[in-house]
Amino acid sequence: MCGICGCSQPGKINKLQPVNGRVHQHDHDHGHHHHDAERLIKVEQDLLSKNNAYAEQNRTYFQQQHIFTLNLVSSPGAGKTTLLVETIKVLKDRFPIAVIEGDQQTEHDADRIRATGVPALQINTGRACHLDAHGIGHAIHELGVQANSLLAIENVGNLVCPSSFDLGEAHKVVVLSVTEGDDKPLKYPDMFHAADLMIINKTDLLPYVDFDVERCINFARQVNPDIQIIQLSSTKGDNFSAWTDWLAGHVKLEA
Amino acid sequence: MTNPSGADLHWPEGGMAGIAMHELSLLESVREILENHALSQNFNKVTQVTLEIGKLSSVEPDALRFGFDVVMKDSLAENAELIISDIAGLGVCRQCGLQIEMETSHDPCPHCASPFVKIIQGAEMRIKDLIVI
Repeated sequence: MCGICGCSQPGKINKLQPVNGRVHQHDHDHGHHHHDAERLIKVEQDLLSKNNAYAEQNRTYFQQQHIFTLNLVSSPGAGKTTLLVETIKVLKDRFPIAVIEGDQQTEHDADRIRATGVPALQINTGRACHLDAHGIGHAIHELGVQANSLLAIENVGNLVCPSSFDLGEAHKVVVLSVTEGDDKPLKYPDMFHAADLMIINKTDLLPYVDFDVERCINFARQVNPDIQIIQLSSTKGDNFSAWTDWLAGHVKLEA
Repeated sequence: MTNPSGADLHWPEGGMAGIAMHELSLLESVREILENHALSQNFNKVTQVTLEIGKLSSVEPDALRFGFDVVMKDSLAENAELIISDIAGLGVCRQCGLQIEMETSHDPCPHCASPFVKIIQGAEMRIKDLIVI
């Protein structure tokens, strides 16, 4: 057996891909000519271990302070910010609310949240396509999030990358609008698998689009049988209380 | 507030032509983990990195290969060889208890068709080992 990559027979090397045109060769019958000083170091460390450690710190803090934290994810344009603005209008007199906004650039979303009178902090991720737990840890202290409150983290609009990065939230909430394809749960299964709640937004537009709600729900349950679903319209207020009641119930329980 | 964790990033200006993907963040973690090991285990060059990537993780091995040389440039793993070994997906049906092989994270049970399958292997993404000098 090769002591380098652990493979047991020469044929298995075919499964390894060339890296920059080079392949780790095993078709020779002699030993490796590595320099004597070369040595193998076992690492066995998860690539997300650092992010996950920060996420656990955040989660412990949220639990101690009774901060009910949501990580909102969606494609760009699904209506996360409008959903939050309307949510804040309904709930801000009942308990403290704070918002962390993630976008690659601009303060626009945080400005929209601040206009409602609640504190918001914008994180510009630059090249990065997701928020990470380390950045959130800094943000909660900079923002001074109150105890017994709701913290909404609006992630970068992206249905792929944020699914891997735990921020310490209680729940991931995926927002899907009816102006998108109803098969998005199948196209981006990792995110719908990771979410606990799916909001189908912009339902007031259903008469004008081909979105099949039942089909969408079936696809979502196919990738995540446990997922909860709320259909609503943020701008028209249809069924909006189902969402705000869900939130208020959780904040009360956590607080 | 601009990228509070950005101090760790080494992405070259224009080098990735504006490409943003989580594989790059994961490669940053690889670089950081090996820099930490270099201090604790006393080496200054890495010639080979072996990653284990589960089939059910949301990581695209080709994207890792694509970004590896760029992220490792000017580090102790510059020009290192990248080996990626797959870990198969395995699950246990929450209904009938059958252990099944999984191709995707949402495969139903082939025995009882239940969609409630618990993933027990295949979500991994980790550094297995390094060859160092």
